[in-house]
This record gives sequence, C-alpha cells and structure tokens, in this order.
Amino acid sequence: MVYLHNIGKYFLMLVEVFRRPQKASIFRENLFKEIEELGLKSLGIVAFISFFVGGVVAIQTGLNVDNPWIPKYLIGFATGRSIVLEFAPTFMSIILAGKVGSYITSSIGTMRVTEQIDALEVMGVNTLNHLILPKIVAAVFFYPFLISLAMILGIIGGYVAALATGLFSVEDYITGIRLDFRPYLIGYALKKTVVFAFLIATIPSYYGYYVKGGSIEVGKASTKAVVWTSVTIIVFNYFLTQMLLG
Amino acid sequence: MIEVTNLYKRFDDLEVLKGVSAEFKKGDTSLIIGSSGSGKTVFLKCMLGLLEPNDGDISYDGRVYSKMGKDERRDLRKEMGMVFQSGALFDSETIENNIMFPLKMFTNQSREEMLERVNFVLNRVNLENVNSKFPAELSGGMQKRVAIARAIVMNPKYLFCDEPNSGLDPRTAIVIDNLIKEITDEYQMITIINTHDMNSVMEIGEKIIFLKDGLKVWEGSSLNIFKTDNEAVTNFVYSSNLFKKVREVYNKEN
Repeated sequence: MVYLHNIGKYFLMLVEVFRRPQKASIFRENLFKEIEELGLKSLGIVAFISFFVGGVVAIQTGLNVDNPWIPKYLIGFATGRSIVLEFAPTFMSIILAGKVGSYITSSIGTMRVTEQIDALEVMGVNTLNHLILPKIVAAVFFYPFLISLAMILGIIGGYVAALATGLFSVEDYITGIRLDFRPYLIGYALKKTVVFAFLIATIPSYYGYYVKGGSIEVGKASTKAVVWTSVTIIVFNYFLTQMLLG
Repeated sequence: MIEVTNLYKRFDDLEVLKGVSAEFKKGDTSLIIGSSGSGKTVFLKCMLGLLEPNDGDISYDGRVYSKMGKDERRDLRKEMGMVFQSGALFDSETIENNIMFPLKMFTNQSREEMLERVNFVLNRVNLENVNSKFPAELSGGMQKRVAIARAIVMNPKYLFCDEPNSGLDPRTAIVIDNLIKEITDEYQMITIINTHDMNSVMEIGEKIIFLKDGLKVWEGSSLNIFKTDNEAVTNFVYSSNLFKKVREVYNKEN
C-alpha cells in the first residue's frame, strides 16, 4: 500500500510540476543554474569513467577472444556495441543517479526542513514547478549530449587500449567499430537516455520535496532516492529494450 | 480583518485545534501565546494556508479561504508576509537576492527599482552594508531583521511571525519586537505573532490570545493578563521565577 501511495503522490506531484512557470525570466535563470549543476558539473566524472571503462571493455574482450578462428575486428565490434547500447545510456545514467540524484534530494530536502520551501509557498510561489521543472528540462535536454560524449570517449578509450596493450591492432578495432553500423542504435540509446534523465530528475525531487524531519531524514531520503532511481532505471531499461529493439 | 471561525485541525488521531475562533483587525499587533504543543504554530500555518483545516473557515477581508481555488490562494498569499522562527532565508543566495526574490517573481520592476526597494527595507530594519553577504555570515538578530525585511518588501496586508525572537538575547529580542510593532503601525498591517516570550507580551501585546490544548481559553491585552483569574493563563504567565518575584513585590506594595 505504501508503494501505491507513493506512486500516486509522485504522479500528482508531476501534475503540479508541469504547470506554466509563473515568471519566464526566473525559470530561465533557474534553468541555466540547473544545466550547470546537473550537467556541466558532471562532465568530468562522465568523461573519466567512460574513457577508462571503454578501455577496460576492449581489453577484457581482447583477452577473451583468443581463438584464432574468431576475427580480431570482433573486439572493436563488441566494445562499440556494449558502449553504445548499454554502458553509455544505462550504466552512466545509474552513475548520474548517484551523483545528481543525491544532490537533488539533499538540496530540496534541506530547503524543506529549514522551512525555505514554506517561505516560498507563503510568498505565493508554486514551489513544485519552481524547484523541479528546471531540473527536468535541464536533465532531459542536456543528458543526451552527456551520454553521446560518454559513447565517443568510451570508444576512444578502447582505441587507446589497442595502442597501449597491443592485444589487437588499431585497424582491427576501427574495422569492428564500423562493422554493421546502424544509426538507429544511437537513436535507441538516446531515447533511453531521455527517459532515464526524466527519472533522475523527478524521483530524487519527490524524495527531497516530501521529506519530513531533520538532517538525518534528508540523508536517508537521499539514499532511498538513489536506490529507487537506480532500480527504476534498470526496470525501464528492460521494457524499453523490449519495446525499441524486440 | 481576518476572521477565524471554529477552526479544527487533526493529524491522524491527534486533534491539535479544537474549534478556535478569533478576529484580527487592521493595525493591530496580536499575540498568540501558549505552552509548547498548545497548537500555536498549527493555528498560524492554517492561517498562512500551509496546512488545510479539517473544519472551520478563515476569511481575509471577506475572502473565505476554503472557497478559493489554488490560483486564488496563491494570489492571496502575495498579500502575506511571514517571518519564520528559523528565518528561513535562502542560504545559497545573498541577502540582496533573498529580499529581491518576491519582487523579481511578482513585479515587473527594473533592477534599479528593485534595488532601491531592497535598500529601503534594509534601511527600515536598520541594516546596512549587508547586500552582498550570505545569511550564514550574519548574526541571529541580523538574520531575523533580514527575514522581516523580506516579509515586508511587497507591502503585505498581513504579517505573520512565528516566534520571531526565539534564540535571541533579551535586548535584541525587544528590538525585534518593537521593530515589528513600529512597522505594523506604519503600514497598518494585520500582524499576528506566535510567541511564548512574556517579554514580548509586555512589550507589544495589544491583543493576546491564549491557547491551551488546541482551545482558546483566554483573550485580552497585556494590561489585564496579569490580573486574570484564569488558572491556565496564570500558570503560564507566572511559570518563570522572574514574574513570580514581580507578583510578590506587586502584592506586597498593594
């Protein structure tokens, strides 16, 4: 029953969030702030993880493909597909759910427990719209760029691994990456990203906005938000894959 | 005028307000007093619209809150100012941005006009050179003044204060009390203050409402609160040693 109650409350929250902003200039100002907080400040971690995981995926594939009958270009093919289809959109979204989700819950939750949200309400501000809509728009529009960057850097990571380890040749790797290239798969990954970005922005906002108590409860809410966002991403990933590729 | 009629508020099985009625007039500074858990904050939050009463009505100059839609309620709130117990300042914004926020949100003034208004209200609460500071850089008393400045920047009709001098030393508390009283007189607002500070009662208590266990058990002024026979009120008023001593001295002299 508690789960159903929370799901219902989450959708009621979304109804209020998707109202017209009360002042366009304030919305714009908040949007740029959120693009910086949720997007630009995640560039470093996304770039770092993508590059090294791309390299590791290539090395692992290379080490496991030691049968002389299997062409070496399959290492590039497998690395590319893994990064484009799953690593960049799904696992990078889970990493962002941890980094950005905890930030969203703790910042909104702290505003709640220190009565800053009440102060906004008393002024006549639609607090759900004011606090959450810019986060959703920032995430939904910026994360596809972030995930595209993760794809590119992941593939470059594999390329550098080829140069550094000599397990497979650079030519084989590039041939594998280009083999059976289908733009639809990039579109599929970016569609998933948009859905995940929406979840990353809204689930932690829900936990932060409705937190009750003090700093300990804000901490607990952050943990819950990260766990539930990650679980939801995994479940949605399954159904989206079935729907878009099945 | 704010008219509260037969207000009830429950949280699950706990009945916090049990049919409270009261009237607050323009230009009056009214104090709601009572022990912790008496329902003062819930009463104030119901008047602010932060809590929905289970029964009863609140009318703001003839506009009944329970009959208003969401947008009308938000418009009504633009006529309210609130000083929270904690100050509730936006801690990641400068003092200037804290006070300017309602102007940016609800007016079409130019930046110069807004800045002029911000400096005017800061000056009115006797604060200078704090525009670029952050709330954490100010003392508790200064933060309360900023909260008052933010509450009055839109020229509200109704000013609500939840224990505005809690955590302040007695001298600063009196300064804050008098500031609220002066501003109320100057702008002819309806000011309602939640407090359990007897110094505030003596200093600015034109009209006092005493709540106990969710019921209004007494109403009067600072002049007659010390003369009342109401046991709940006398127990509250004379709970501090200072007031007990004052009563003993007064009784001896008379």
